[in-house]
Amino acid sequence: MTVPVVDRAGLPVAARPDWRWRSGGERDLRSVPVLVSLVVLALVFQALNGAYLSADNLVNMTLQASTTGILTLGVVLVLMVGQIDLSVGAVSGLSAAIVAVGVVRAGWPLAVALVAAVLAGAALGAGYGWMFTRLGVPSFVITLVGLMVGVGLQMQVLAPTASLNLPYESALVRFSQESFLHPVASLAVVGAVVVGVTVAGLRDRRRRRAAELPAPSLAEIAARAGVLAVGLGLPVWYLNTSRGIGGMVAVFLGLVWVADVALRRTRWGRSVRAIGSNVESARRAGFAVRRVYLSAFTACAALAAVAGVLSAGRLAAANQGAGGADLTLTAIAAAVIGGTSLFGGRGSAWSAVLGVAVVHAIGSGLTLVNADGSLRYIVTGLVLALAVTVDALSRRSRLVGR
Amino acid sequence: MTHPPVMSLRGITHSFGAVRALVDVDLDVHAHEVVAVVGDNGAGKSTLVAVLAGALVPDAGEVVVDGQEVLLRSPGLARQLGVATVFQDLALCEDLDVVENVFLGQELRRGPLLDEVAMEREAQRLLAQLAARVPSVRAPVSELSGGQRQAVAVARALVGEPRVLVLDEPTASLGVTQTAEVLNLVERVRDRGYGVVLVSQNMADVQAVADRVVVLRRGRVNGVFDGETASYEEIIAAITGVVPNRAGGAR
Ligand SMILES: Nc1ncnc2c1ncn2[C@@H]1O[C@H](COP(=O)(O)OP(=O)(O)O)[C@@H](O)[C@H]1O
Ligand SMILES: [Mg+2]
Repeated sequence: MTVPVVDRAGLPVAARPDWRWRSGGERDLRSVPVLVSLVVLALVFQALNGAYLSADNLVNMTLQASTTGILTLGVVLVLMVGQIDLSVGAVSGLSAAIVAVGVVRAGWPLAVALVAAVLAGAALGAGYGWMFTRLGVPSFVITLVGLMVGVGLQMQVLAPTASLNLPYESALVRFSQESFLHPVASLAVVGAVVVGVTVAGLRDRRRRRAAELPAPSLAEIAARAGVLAVGLGLPVWYLNTSRGIGGMVAVFLGLVWVADVALRRTRWGRSVRAIGSNVESARRAGFAVRRVYLSAFTACAALAAVAGVLSAGRLAAANQGAGGADLTLTAIAAAVIGGTSLFGGRGSAWSAVLGVAVVHAIGSGLTLVNADGSLRYIVTGLVLALAVTVDALSRRSRLVGR
Repeated sequence: MTHPPVMSLRGITHSFGAVRALVDVDLDVHAHEVVAVVGDNGAGKSTLVAVLAGALVPDAGEVVVDGQEVLLRSPGLARQLGVATVFQDLALCEDLDVVENVFLGQELRRGPLLDEVAMEREAQRLLAQLAARVPSVRAPVSELSGGQRQAVAVARALVGEPRVLVLDEPTASLGVTQTAEVLNLVERVRDRGYGVVLVSQNMADVQAVADRVVVLRRGRVNGVFDGETASYEEIIAAITGVVPNRAGGAR
């Protein structure tokens, strides 16, 4: 490619200043404190109980974490547009009840029950979005209403009983409890991810060089590939020494991947971050702000419904208590701990993974050392307080630091 | 001028509650022309800009683009019609980086995904053209100084070759050099054949580049002057209303 001396309009292209290459790496640095705290938690609990880092316990943790993680992913989406959904737990409980009643009492095929449950969640979310964008009711009020209505609907759906068991031979139960990726398949996925990321990196490098933009060096790309291969391969290999990667875990990580691509690489994702950052600017830039809000609320509630369905499968039952308020608060806490800002605009889909990892690392550790259940709430609450403080301080420093 | 205006406002009237921000305002923007809109604080300049930008649908009046009456009901639509605006508050997103802000709402795509390489290259070209120096085009806007932000906002308006460029006090937070760059840019954009609406409080800026000066006072047009011939005193008089002045400049 030749360098044009003048542009289309005949204007001189001034000597381009030497802009430094900024890789995504600098953004990745935000997750370092979370990763460090995960390591610290692991070391402390391992010292207290030798079974903590056993493959068996880690597999259990990933299974427990994946339903909370899917809830958290939904919460990340609404937090990114600067709103909140306080009803994700209730929506997941409602969808669990719909699946159980649909399959057991109404005799629906499982697929129909699943679709009905997820659609019910999505419809609730769309209702939030409509009330928020058309009537201007604050989202915490709307979703608080949704929380109460959801709990009530769940009771009505389950009535006359307070819980309903799913048959153990149900495909949903077997998927949630017993399906694991074949060890070879799981390592093949890791290989495909590493190769895919590296090829994409090389292609990006070639395009950037052709456009005379700063590009990452080959060494940087190779280092990334190496870190990724070890960082993914080692844990997968270790989990495979026990039961391995659960089907639910794969669903969770797959959803995170899709959400990550949507948030970072599509126009919709750009509009989500713009709206969370400054809604009036986003509107004046021409984004369809109402539609984006609507999509975020809908996606969040639909994800909550998916989480509810999977947890019904894992428990082989739908209970009235399922999806209580503490589940919602855990999901919100995990999103913030993982690095998504409560003030909107900043965050990533991967913060759902990091956040639930921290929350469940604490929960599982305290269970293993036989701590009182109450302690789990207190410790998770304190960690949330820390994360929110960091979030608020970093926001303040950005606003003051102009 | 023999050519019809690329954009005109006819009888634009808008109130915020009891405040009559615009009253029966007419404004023509021709190709190859810089129209300066001047007026005291609260005269209605930014409200007029919002109407041009599609950010505000006025209570009454019509907007004509290329001889067609249009309802500018959204900023996106105005943009599609070729009207690009630099708002007084810049309308940037602090958490987004420079490239993301320059292409906000007009992202380039390859297939379904964003084309970051093309956007980064074009953003660099636009900023270089403005002689703007930013620490990195991948730095969030929250890290930039006032002048750098202004450059980002102006660069955004130049994306996709607009036909009408509307600037609301674009030099307010700029230093001497940057102000000169923006005024240069305004002239270059005009020479490329675009129409420019320059809202300003700075008489020196106005006299440097304006072909026509429209004075707003309390929401009304209180005089239209030829940029070449009008005197500083005449314009100031129309702004302050000390001497009611209806001097019709060249149209
Ligand atoms: N969103 C709004 N709500 C209420 N009043 C407004 C709003 N925007 C502008 N105004 C009022 O309209 C008048 C014109 O404002 P503006 O167009 O911002 O003036 P200028 O840009 O010339 O300083 C002022 O009296 C201002 O207070
Ligand atoms: Mg103004």
